[in-house]
Amino acid sequence: MPAEHNEFGSVANSVANHAGTAIAILNGQPLLPNKGIPLNLDWVRDVRVNTSAVERRAQSQVARRTVKKEWQAAWLLRAISCMDLTTLSGDDTDERVRRLCAKGRHPIEPELERKLGIEELQIKVAAICIYHTFVETAVHALEGSGIRVAAVSTGFPAGLSPLAERVAEIRRSVEAGAHDIDVVITRAHVFGGRWQALYDEIAAFKQACGPAHMKVILGSGDLMTLRNVARASVVAMMAGADFIKTSTGKETTNATLPVGLVMTRAIREYAQQTGMAVGFKPAGGIRTAKQSLDWLAMMKEELGDSWLRAEMFRFGASSLLGDIERQLEHQATGRYSAEYRHPIA
Amino acid sequence: MSIAEKFVTMEYGPAPEDPKEAMAWLDRHERRFQHFIGGKWQAPAAGQYFDTVDPSNGEKLASIAQGSAADVDAAVKAARAASSAWRSLTPHARARYLYALARLVQKHSRLLAVLETMDNGKPIRESRDIDIPLVARHFYYHAGWAQLLEQEFPEYVPCGVVGQIIPWNFPLLMLAWKIAPALATGNTVVLKPAEFTPLTALAFAELCQEAGLPAGVVNIVTGDGSTGEALVKHPDVDKIAFTGSTEVGRAIRAATATSHKRLSLELGGKSPFIVFEDADLDSTVEGLVDGIWFNQGQVCCAGSRLLMQESIAEALISKVQDRMSTLRIGAPLDKAIDIGAIVARVQLDRIRKLVDQGVADGATCWQPQVALPARGFYYPPTLLSNVHPTSIVAQQEIFGPVLAAMTFRTPAEAVGLANNTLYGLAACVWSESINVALHVAAQLKAGVVWVNCTNLFDASCGFGGYRESGYGREGGREGLLEYLEPAWFKNARMREEQVSGLRSQVSEKPESGNTDESGDSSDLSPASDSPAIDRTVKLYIGGKQARPDSGYSMEVRASDGRLLGEAPLGNRKDIRNAVEAARKATAWAKATAHNRAQVLYYCAENLSQRRDEIAHRLADAVGEKQASTEVNLSIERIFSYAAWADKFDGAVHNPPFRNIAIAMNEAIGTVGIICPREAPLLGFLSLVMPTLAMGNTVIAVPSEAYPLITGDLYQLFDTSDLPGGALNIVTGYTSQLLKPLAEHDDVDAIWCFANEASAAAAKAMSVGNLKQVWTNEGRAIDWFNSKTAEGKWLLEHATQVKNIWVPYGE
Repeated sequence: MPAEHNEFGSVANSVANHAGTAIAILNGQPLLPNKGIPLNLDWVRDVRVNTSAVERRAQSQVARRTVKKEWQAAWLLRAISCMDLTTLSGDDTDERVRRLCAKGRHPIEPELERKLGIEELQIKVAAICIYHTFVETAVHALEGSGIRVAAVSTGFPAGLSPLAERVAEIRRSVEAGAHDIDVVITRAHVFGGRWQALYDEIAAFKQACGPAHMKVILGSGDLMTLRNVARASVVAMMAGADFIKTSTGKETTNATLPVGLVMTRAIREYAQQTGMAVGFKPAGGIRTAKQSLDWLAMMKEELGDSWLRAEMFRFGASSLLGDIERQLEHQATGRYSAEYRHPIA
Repeated sequence: MSIAEKFVTMEYGPAPEDPKEAMAWLDRHERRFQHFIGGKWQAPAAGQYFDTVDPSNGEKLASIAQGSAADVDAAVKAARAASSAWRSLTPHARARYLYALARLVQKHSRLLAVLETMDNGKPIRESRDIDIPLVARHFYYHAGWAQLLEQEFPEYVPCGVVGQIIPWNFPLLMLAWKIAPALATGNTVVLKPAEFTPLTALAFAELCQEAGLPAGVVNIVTGDGSTGEALVKHPDVDKIAFTGSTEVGRAIRAATATSHKRLSLELGGKSPFIVFEDADLDSTVEGLVDGIWFNQGQVCCAGSRLLMQESIAEALISKVQDRMSTLRIGAPLDKAIDIGAIVARVQLDRIRKLVDQGVADGATCWQPQVALPARGFYYPPTLLSNVHPTSIVAQQEIFGPVLAAMTFRTPAEAVGLANNTLYGLAACVWSESINVALHVAAQLKAGVVWVNCTNLFDASCGFGGYRESGYGREGGREGLLEYLEPAWFKNARMREEQVSGLRSQVSEKPESGNTDESGDSSDLSPASDSPAIDRTVKLYIGGKQARPDSGYSMEVRASDGRLLGEAPLGNRKDIRNAVEAARKATAWAKATAHNRAQVLYYCAENLSQRRDEIAHRLADAVGEKQASTEVNLSIERIFSYAAWADKFDGAVHNPPFRNIAIAMNEAIGTVGIICPREAPLLGFLSLVMPTLAMGNTVIAVPSEAYPLITGDLYQLFDTSDLPGGALNIVTGYTSQLLKPLAEHDDVDAIWCFANEASAAAAKAMSVGNLKQVWTNEGRAIDWFNSKTAEGKWLLEHATQVKNIWVPYGE
């Protein structure tokens, strides 16, 4: 039986008595999927974030946790299984997307899988993340793989096209078969403290997403302050986000650990207050295996093991996989590997 | 377990630091260490050794020499022999040695970290990322001071030979805090590491050899408390610097009372961790982790008393408990462990006992479900809630991973609870409001206040306590002063003891008339045909003239035996009343520096107005010439301290963080001053004025030889707008007044400039609340020389430095 299935079994069993379908557990509390709540402005205004203290915690967390040897290999495999393998470039083509999908199906060479003894895990990435134009290509290429198709939407990356067009864009992607929709918010609403406008915008996106999972990109590099990030996180969750996501990958700074810490703490608070679980996706700038381990450790520490699964946690990354492959090969052979020894996407 | 299974469980797995190199180092020494004396390894004279043990598994690491009095003597002799050459080196040469030590610590950083963790039980993450980098930083920073010493402290000289005794909680870091400033200022050192944790000090001795440090500059003598005692009592040690328990600090104060050794003490704490409702609570929880679950809570400045505003108490406790559940406890050499081993069985037993008592007192004990390793000394992270100030766990230092939680309603109550302790080492304030945070920080009785952070340390910032947490600072400019003395003071002749009467301090021809006549030649004298109106001098307490409780008076006679008058005979009840009045005189302590300056200027103005009259009476006792000089210089001296009142600024330090570290010079509080016999007016004002200028309240005992000066003084102060109680004057015999004053637990410092016997008694009697003691150490002080008897040196004694750390950023 695949290990992934096993784990779901354990989550399901432990929450069997709970009404509804729990998708995560936080400190023993089963959590339902996020349906959103009415905008609570007191909550938004009461958010406190001490930047220096958050930075210190992010710094010490990296030093406090490490995984070695087989554990490290297992964690890196987990990182792959939580990966939204991404291409979001102006020069993307159908063929390029097909290549990426092929890599997503087989992120690790069979020989390496055999050496690591992990064939049974059937490791694959969580999703392929692309522009709307390539949704149909990706859906076709990933057929039967269980890999989700994620489309960036709503005038990505600036999010400044008219609202109706942005909403229509979501609908088109869902119709084309996308499972996940990564939307961007109007950053100006945050700067202006227009929380109702932000809430309404995201709620409209959510409605357009229908059954598709909505990941709300905050644009943390644009928002600049951690307090802005925290408030935008809270509003996005209230408006029904399935995931909150750090950045577009197009900002000058993207996913940083302090930003991640603020967002995961917001997810925790929301879960404790509402009983609903929201996923987290750091994106942009995560390129090394070591970084992926730091992020996973942060999830485990701040939110618990439920957020180590693709249902609740994703990496948005394009080059991370290559570094992870090299580290896994080192684990298997004891020799340091080279990039060209692994098939590219 | 296969990788596939690990993929499912997603556990951390072991991440051990390899102790191979440290083991090899121990083996190279055949796991047996001698003392490091005079640059060489020397076997203990008595041939005795004791074991040092790895507390994480109870296994012996090495045999360590047990230091005897003979070993200590050899080390002090070596330090003395090296002293002259070391202090005579150029500052630049000393800077090179300190720089080399900093570099060597970095080069051997991992060996030192692993040794520290093996010997102490602290997580390798802490020794690797915190202790050892701070050690290197301390030597770098003080290499800089060595270089700048002559420019920055031109009139100062080193103390000489310094005896240093350090604790087991941060073995190498405490060594650095002691040795770096001592060497930078030209002292030589005999250091005794803690019995439980001697290994890194011995490794450091090797670094001293490698750096080519001259033999005898640093000597390490290992041993237990008896070794420390021998060092404290050694007659040729000029200064003792001690970090450890308040109990031992008291014993050291008592043992050094009859000596002229300088003393700095860094003792225990029960530091408050104050959380306001507008704090970032998630960050606050991490602050607590850094506060009480750092180094297993075996930290003198650990934030062990959690004070929470009622409105967020429940939410915070819940967050703390969640966080405690994710703390990992186990083998200290594992890189992903948060809580390692308690240093020794005896400490573990003490923690257990105190927690049991706390629970018996009504506290609710909460511990996460964690498995403790089967071997070694471990204690789980522990939260005691529903704790009241009356509980033993709210009062006593536990020195373990145990947090005691209480609530408060208002900022005023938070300050009240925070200061409701015998200690005053450190405090934390968490609030997103800069108004609340700084207002509270200013009111806390603590040497270090961390705003929205915890347990940040740096060589550039002074660290040290108020109250029974000790005195003296380590780090920063303020820390250097502990190892320096004004050259004139170090070289001053010893004062001849006077038995009775006054000898003039100013050379004077005998024809001045006051030796055979009774001072009636002046035009201020009463008409010869009627008797003078009797003048009754009283005590001055709480701004009022008061008759002495005893109802007796003391005769005041000139050196030739003439009766000059009668002064009230104060007793212990008058001292009690005076201290009470001083403590109540909060207006003076809160007055602005400008306001205090104004009052002092006014004093000078009024003294100038009454100059002749006061000089005339004083001439009875000291002769006309001295009297005149004393009054003139007194006016000048008061002016000087009026000038200083708003200019003795603190500093802003530059630690390597994004924050402001404000070093504030704060008043010590209530100060008792036993004035010198000589120079009844000038001596009195030389000591009282700097104290008042800095905002202290004072109980002064004037010269026993001429207490009649009191009558002039209170008229002066009464007319100068000095608030009642800021200065209180009690006359009487020093032998009777010293004891109630020096023993009084509500007096924060005692200055004793009377005679040798009283100075020694003051030191011995200060142990109750460990008040600061300052004396002339038997030396003659020329009160008429403003270069020595006036200025910064006195102001430094009239203040204590509080470092407030304020990180910023948005």
